[in-house]
Amino acid sequence: MLSYIAKRLAMAIPTLLIVITASFFLMRVAPGGPFDGERQLPPEIEANLMAAYHLDEPLPMQYLRYMGNLVQGDFGPSFKYKDFSVTDLIAQGFPVSLELGGLAIVLALLLGIPMGVMAALRRNSTVDYLLMGTALGGIAVPNFVIAPLMALFFGVILGWLPVGGWNGGALPNLVLPVVALAIQQIAYIARMMRASMIEVLGSHFIRTARAKGLNERQVIWRHALRPAMLPVLSYLGPAIAGIITGSVVIEQIFGLPGIGRYFVQGALNRDYTLVMGTVVFYGILIVLMNLIVDLLYSLFDPQIRYDD
Amino acid sequence: MSTPLLEIDNLKVDFELPTGTVSAVKGVSFHIDQGETVALVGESGSGKSVTSTALMRLLPEMAKISGAIRLDGEDLTQVSASRMRRLRGNEFSMIFQEPMTSLNPLHRIGRQIAEVLHRHRGVSGSQARTRVLELLDQVGIPEPERRISSYPHELSGGQRQRVMIAMALACEPRLLIADEPTTALDVTVQAQILDLLRNLQKRYGMAILFITHDLSLVRRFAERVCVMRYGELVESGETAKVFNDPQHDYTRMLLDAEPRGSKAAVAEDAPVLLSGQDVRVRFTTKKRLFGKSDYFEAVRGIDLTVRRGQTVGIVGESGSGKSTLGRALLRLLKSQGQLRFEDTDITDFDKSRMRPLRSRMQVVFQDPFGSLSPRLTVGEIISEGLKVHFPELDRREREARVIESLEEVALDPAMRKRYPHEFSGGQRQRIAIARALVLKPDFLLLDEPTSALDRSVQMTVIELLRHLQQKYNLTYVFISHDLAVVRALSDTVLVMKEGQVVEQGSAESIFRAPQEAYTKALLKAAFLDTAA
Repeated sequence: MLSYIAKRLAMAIPTLLIVITASFFLMRVAPGGPFDGERQLPPEIEANLMAAYHLDEPLPMQYLRYMGNLVQGDFGPSFKYKDFSVTDLIAQGFPVSLELGGLAIVLALLLGIPMGVMAALRRNSTVDYLLMGTALGGIAVPNFVIAPLMALFFGVILGWLPVGGWNGGALPNLVLPVVALAIQQIAYIARMMRASMIEVLGSHFIRTARAKGLNERQVIWRHALRPAMLPVLSYLGPAIAGIITGSVVIEQIFGLPGIGRYFVQGALNRDYTLVMGTVVFYGILIVLMNLIVDLLYSLFDPQIRYDD
Repeated sequence: MSTPLLEIDNLKVDFELPTGTVSAVKGVSFHIDQGETVALVGESGSGKSVTSTALMRLLPEMAKISGAIRLDGEDLTQVSASRMRRLRGNEFSMIFQEPMTSLNPLHRIGRQIAEVLHRHRGVSGSQARTRVLELLDQVGIPEPERRISSYPHELSGGQRQRVMIAMALACEPRLLIADEPTTALDVTVQAQILDLLRNLQKRYGMAILFITHDLSLVRRFAERVCVMRYGELVESGETAKVFNDPQHDYTRMLLDAEPRGSKAAVAEDAPVLLSGQDVRVRFTTKKRLFGKSDYFEAVRGIDLTVRRGQTVGIVGESGSGKSTLGRALLRLLKSQGQLRFEDTDITDFDKSRMRPLRSRMQVVFQDPFGSLSPRLTVGEIISEGLKVHFPELDRREREARVIESLEEVALDPAMRKRYPHEFSGGQRQRIAIARALVLKPDFLLLDEPTSALDRSVQMTVIELLRHLQQKYNLTYVFISHDLAVVRALSDTVLVMKEGQVVEQGSAESIFRAPQEAYTKALLKAAFLDTAA
């Protein structure tokens, strides 16, 4: 098990390297720089700034310098938020993003799984068509459309919930962003759960369970549910990645102080180090979450063992 | 005469499909007495499995059942669903054809057996555990104390079927429905499972409804036999009587379908077509970045000589390495040791150097459903090889060759425009043979070509293979676990076990006078030991 984890982590290094390198150069290809503002800086001052941040060096040199610092755990200073290092900003933003994303995943599972099971048990009925139709809608409509619409409807027209802001993570402020973030995942999980439940219900060991004289409730709860949930479990890795990219948009729309917003702001301001920092952080997060999901899988399915 | 344990009276099962109603069982009546074994025999599509599943009331909802199924006078078609659940697994229980998938993969086997006890007897905890251990012991699972907490994937197919039997017998049912319980198992395991069932039958005094397509099992196992075809009962009676004096043509045909005869010998000095020396095949089981990788040797140093016009039969149970050896001979797998095709040493031939030889060495696989591309017409499947090996042929000439080869395997050439799914298993296997033949090969590797087919269909495919061999002086390597078929087709036979040859010789000597214990056991399990 431990050697498996070590192997997986080692395998993540080239992935991260590619992600970092690609974003580093892509960022530099984008026109403009961190100190292009509405107010033109005097050339001497700009030259001084460039020198201070080593932006006057040739690009390969800058790349090596950045990598050198990164290996030592130093994400560098933010160009825009002058008094903060990138590490400070991520440390500030992460709790917000974590709460948002975590709640969205939990909500997606709590709604998606029962929806899928219900649709599977009443296959080809009105309930099934209704649930799956709704799910299809959830997949088709992107979150940057749903989020403003929800803000408009529940926030402005009905006035039930605040249209934005964090407010220290108060529940009313959380509802809209969490729901907006979860909708797509609820839809995916519901559809996946339905398909896998139908497959499991048709399998031989379910026939065996019925032949034992168990009633439908026992057949479903004891024998069908857990195997049917396995595909959903392995989908959690990609789902977490989806939540993260979703949160970049959602945090911006609802004005939440999470990492996603720093990422967008950083990209707009050409705050190179901040963007790089969030990319690296997201990269590591996704790799870790995928590993955790795979390890969880082995807990659920005795046929999977990572001892070598 | 007392009332029978189970009485089936004019049972009909119709499946209501969107495309119309399909009658799977059309008015079947028979009975089973206390403690008796009745075999329900038929080929695929005969309705035998539908009948047994109808008894359990486990058919899908679209199935409409009429007639009566009386267990001790109680009509099972009329009782409530909850009453039915109380009977299932309790008064009567069922074991299935698929031991590999019939157990819940996520539950320990002890729990799966105990579940029945809890459901019907209200027994749980240590009391249940005691009974489960007793059952595991009775069905011959070694070390029950340890095995009780195994997961299904940790057991072999035979062991899983034993667990299924333990589960079925937990509440001492009066009737056990066994739906092809040994079909998926190796012959030696088959024999063990049947012995076990017979012993447990005596012990518990239960009746068995034994569903099978395999007549040789019926003869040994059942007191009475019912023969089904197309949803109808064509003949029933005491086993010995039905076997000795079958009344219905279909029964006679089934009995005749046991392959007979043997192959005319080939001159001993016939030229050698294919030979292998010390052939070994290794599969890497674990790759290491540094140091030696772990490997498993599936074929361990086999010598073999195949002369022109000969059939070499390779027999063995699953995992014996017989298919691996076959593939290595065609260089479809990497192997060590020397391989010669005619005068050419092909040991180190890579893909591109093998290609010109491919048209002369062809293969027919076991699975007639998986080995034909579903997206190509039969004509396209057959002519594909021609395009590769005979690029000089134009479309018209290719078409002519396709028609010729379809006629050769006794299929209507007009069928070349159709897709594989429109054909039965036997027809598909003919298509696969036509696909190989169209290239006019010298050598055919036949890897279990008849195993997925009904006995009567098997017969016709074997006849076809015989006929083609004579006509074109073809050379076969015939891989099978089915000893009766190998016997009917082969000149020489190799018996394989764990990657090695246990015994080899002429088909005649192997079947008449086997020397090795393993060969004897195989023959005994296949009931061929006394048939000679």
